Amino acid sequence: MSLTSDTPLRLAPVNAWWRKPWLFWLALFVATWAFSTYSFALYKAFDARWIVRFPAALQLPTESWVSEALRWLVEDASFGLFTVRDLTRAISAAIEAPYTVVRSALATGFMDGQGSAANQIAPELSWIAVTVVMVALGRYAKDCGLALLVGACFVYLAVFGQWDSAMITLASVLIAVPLGAVGGLALGILAFRVPVVDRALRPLLDLMQTVPVFAYLVPILFLFGFGPVAALVATIIYAMPPMVRVTILALRGVPEEIVEAGRMVGCTRRQLMWKVLVPSATPTLMVGVNQVIMLTLNMVIIASMIGAGGLGFDVLSALRRLDIGGGIEAGLAIVVMAVALDRLSQAFARRAPTVLADPGQSYVKRHPWLITVLAVVVATYLAGLVMPGLRDYPESATLTTSAFWERAMEYVNVNYFDTFEAIKTTVLTYLLLPIKKFFTGIPWAWGIIAIGLAAWKIGGWRLGLMAVLMSGFIAFSGLWDKAMTTVYLCGASVLIAYVIGVPLGIWAGTNDRANAVLGTIVDTLQTLPSFVYLIPVVMLFRVGDFSAMIAVVLYALAPAVRYAAHGIRSIDPQMIEAGLVSGCTRRQLLWRIKLPLAAPEMLLGLNQTIMLALSMLVITALVGTRDLGQEVYIALTAANTGQGIVAGLSVAFIAIIADRIVSALAKRSEARLRAGA
Amino acid sequence: MNSPANSGQPASGSAAERPVKLDCRGVWKLYGPHIDRLLADPSNRPSFEDLQAAGVVGAVRDADVQIRQGEIFVIMGLSGSGKSTLVRCLSRLIEPSAGAIEFDGTDLLSMSEKDLIALRRTKVGMVFQNFALLPHLTVLQNVAFPLDVQGLNRATREARAMEMIRTVGLEGREQYYPRQLSGGQQQRVGIARSLVGEPELWFLDEPFSALDPLIRREMQDEFLRLQNLLHKTIVFITHDFEEAIRLADRIAVMKDGQIVQTATPEELILNPATDYVAEFTKHIPRGKVLRVRSIMAPHDATAAHHGSLAATLTLNEAAQRVAAADAPFAVTDATGQIIGQIDAHLVLRALSEAAP
Ligand SMILES: Nc1ncnc2c1ncn2[C@@H]1O[C@H](COP(=O)(O)OP(=O)(O)O)[C@@H](O)[C@H]1O
Ligand SMILES: [Mg+2]
Repeated sequence: MSLTSDTPLRLAPVNAWWRKPWLFWLALFVATWAFSTYSFALYKAFDARWIVRFPAALQLPTESWVSEALRWLVEDASFGLFTVRDLTRAISAAIEAPYTVVRSALATGFMDGQGSAANQIAPELSWIAVTVVMVALGRYAKDCGLALLVGACFVYLAVFGQWDSAMITLASVLIAVPLGAVGGLALGILAFRVPVVDRALRPLLDLMQTVPVFAYLVPILFLFGFGPVAALVATIIYAMPPMVRVTILALRGVPEEIVEAGRMVGCTRRQLMWKVLVPSATPTLMVGVNQVIMLTLNMVIIASMIGAGGLGFDVLSALRRLDIGGGIEAGLAIVVMAVALDRLSQAFARRAPTVLADPGQSYVKRHPWLITVLAVVVATYLAGLVMPGLRDYPESATLTTSAFWERAMEYVNVNYFDTFEAIKTTVLTYLLLPIKKFFTGIPWAWGIIAIGLAAWKIGGWRLGLMAVLMSGFIAFSGLWDKAMTTVYLCGASVLIAYVIGVPLGIWAGTNDRANAVLGTIVDTLQTLPSFVYLIPVVMLFRVGDFSAMIAVVLYALAPAVRYAAHGIRSIDPQMIEAGLVSGCTRRQLLWRIKLPLAAPEMLLGLNQTIMLALSMLVITALVGTRDLGQEVYIALTAANTGQGIVAGLSVAFIAIIADRIVSALAKRSEARLRAGA
Repeated sequence: MNSPANSGQPASGSAAERPVKLDCRGVWKLYGPHIDRLLADPSNRPSFEDLQAAGVVGAVRDADVQIRQGEIFVIMGLSGSGKSTLVRCLSRLIEPSAGAIEFDGTDLLSMSEKDLIALRRTKVGMVFQNFALLPHLTVLQNVAFPLDVQGLNRATREARAMEMIRTVGLEGREQYYPRQLSGGQQQRVGIARSLVGEPELWFLDEPFSALDPLIRREMQDEFLRLQNLLHKTIVFITHDFEEAIRLADRIAVMKDGQIVQTATPEELILNPATDYVAEFTKHIPRGKVLRVRSIMAPHDATAAHHGSLAATLTLNEAAQRVAAADAPFAVTDATGQIIGQIDAHLVLRALSEAAP
């Protein structure tokens, strides 16, 4: 609105300085800082211990409520015809049967009898056969290059003595991925067709994405007992939600005209789904399958805590023994396998259908690859019966890098110990400890109020109320201090990840070369299972908050880089030209045009960074943090369902509050851009 | 310049007696809140202003169309005028908010899903603006798709699809995937797919709008050639008035969801119902569209005639012959009977009205 000087005195109510939003934030911060710094003094002055410690009398027994509820569920609950226990047994059986077959075929051979009395009646497939199948898949999905890469990965597993563990892991993947993908597809189709299911599923999926994995290991352990089945169930539950989401998106994304074309040729509902919608959506659906594979591999190590064997178990036990060499070897094997499976599934997602072969030819002629592969599998199997060297990679020919890694670590530690120690101390003293003091000093009562106020200011009273209820739940469950430690570690890591990631992202957004290089690095970082980050970090910096922070930063860096690059790249080139024509310098171009326009995208990146940081943080409990992650971990080792679920929910609540606040910010900044346009 | 398909038969003559294939009366389609309430009283329909006040989009308002057997009926209007919505009501891809639609005398709107599926499999075909081909199927499989859905065996359906592919001139490409074809070729596949079930009624929603102008012309000729062969009943949607003039037996002009005028191309040019229609017709080269019969004078038996001209000639075609002559020409109908006369003066006057 333009007001000229001769406008009569009815000026619009000018925002007085005390109404400016920055003042609200300043006041909130100062108050929080003051409370944080002087809470101890307050407690002494008023002799009110409740200020710094949540009073035990007020604490709600949420943990035992949850434990009781679960016990009732398992022992007494019934759906009329069958009980919960029957249900879990049925699920167990349904998963165990195919898993046993695949594991026998790949790793252990087919057994007769149980335990030590077991008797092998048929051996497993030869390592050559498995490698040839994978190579052929690579060739079929894309080209010889991929075939070579996949082949190299599997030969690596054999040569470096990781074959047996790797095959057990591959067996879990081969069971978990189809079940997760098909289950996700089914749920997604249901949600697409039935709006009620969609509405019910949405918050559940949100929650699933924020509850740390460890948290549902505990109830699964309780329901299914220790063993590979429990591990598979956990893996499937963990890997399915993205598939559901992708399915809904993919089906909605099929162009309306294609659906109409299907209806106009007289498809029934079922034909429309299976002949039109699903095939048209296949490229997007394959992206979902790729996600399921990656999440499954990510879960491999975690699931080994509740009984999945294989590479994950090797890494975990090496970490526990602080056996650096063994840990790195098994960790690398997981990475190698992840790379192979990731590239393969991505190639399948992008695969262009080939021109059909002449159907006049015989089956053998039309499928030369299939026939060759089958021949190799059968031949090696039969030959393996007489020549064991063909079946198992000969032990004498395996290489081990374990000693090399040990020596390398020793060398680094002997020669650079002081440097690493200095870095660690500096960061701890000047960054981590002050932040820690600030967060852990905040008295719980003020903390709840402050979070509520901030959420209210950003997202309205609903968000404010939600934040108060959720943080209240944490406090009343007696987890306030641990939650604040989580917030501090997560906050510091996100800050560092963002400070490193955004400039890199901006660089990648403006420079094609940088984009190619950083893109590859970021993609690779994302392929690695989260546990793998822990290994080198622990070796260099030993256990503690600093190591946890480094691992979290490494893991959570990717979205910060990626979203910033994408934000910069998706700016309308005309805007930049307009800036250039108005005579902006490069710096002005960045600060006045690019950054403001990319802001909504970068806020989404921040959101993702926080989510990844929180999920990694729980895992870093293994390296000795004293936060909610540790609480979950303790619950897991003690098989305490209530404790695990309550602590898991607390992490989820922190994630949800952060997610809603940052999303509200992103929405606002986008609205501002659109209003200005 | 006009095609043999509609220069052969005077559209306003015999077409009027043909049976109505698709009869659509008082059809409404509204988007927004409380639509039932707005349309509750059939005798008191909401006005444009009523709809605006209620925050409702009147995508189609009170549309009446009768599509006769064997004609090319074009619905023309600018983008957003409701053409696609109307044609989707006619094919019941969307449910109209009010109105009645009869196909061959049976009520389309009360049809069960099963009957509707049967009807679509055997009696109707549709072509889409962006081709709507299935990306995972080859040309052959795309064209055979409607038969696949009907459960025909592979040999039969592929034989029939091959025949259709030949008809639209795509043989040799049947193993290609849609994305390996140009836009024009893709739409040929779309056309073949819509015709493979041998429909009686053929809907085309802006089939050539996504194509380059040159290809568009080629496809229009192809379309007329096919129609000359197949004699379908056609509902053709376009936003291009020239295309409408070129192809149509009759045109319905739409504006803001309403049909402003339904007439033959010549009638539209000679008697536009509103200024809005006139605005379109102004830029049309009249010599190409107007025919001798619509501007001829009554036959004067006393006058000497230079020769005779067919009533269906366009003015452009007649102009050269008339200009060189010093006496009027007799105008004859298809049977050779004299029905009027025409001279250079009449032709010139009709052509010069073209100037705005
Ligand atoms: N599903 C819908 N919801 C709301 N408005 C719609 C919907 N579909 C069409 N419309 C509106 O109806 C009007 C007519 O659209 P349409 O029939 O697609 O026009 P045309 O095909 O002539 O370009 C437009 O104003 C459009 O915005
Ligand atoms: Mg349209």
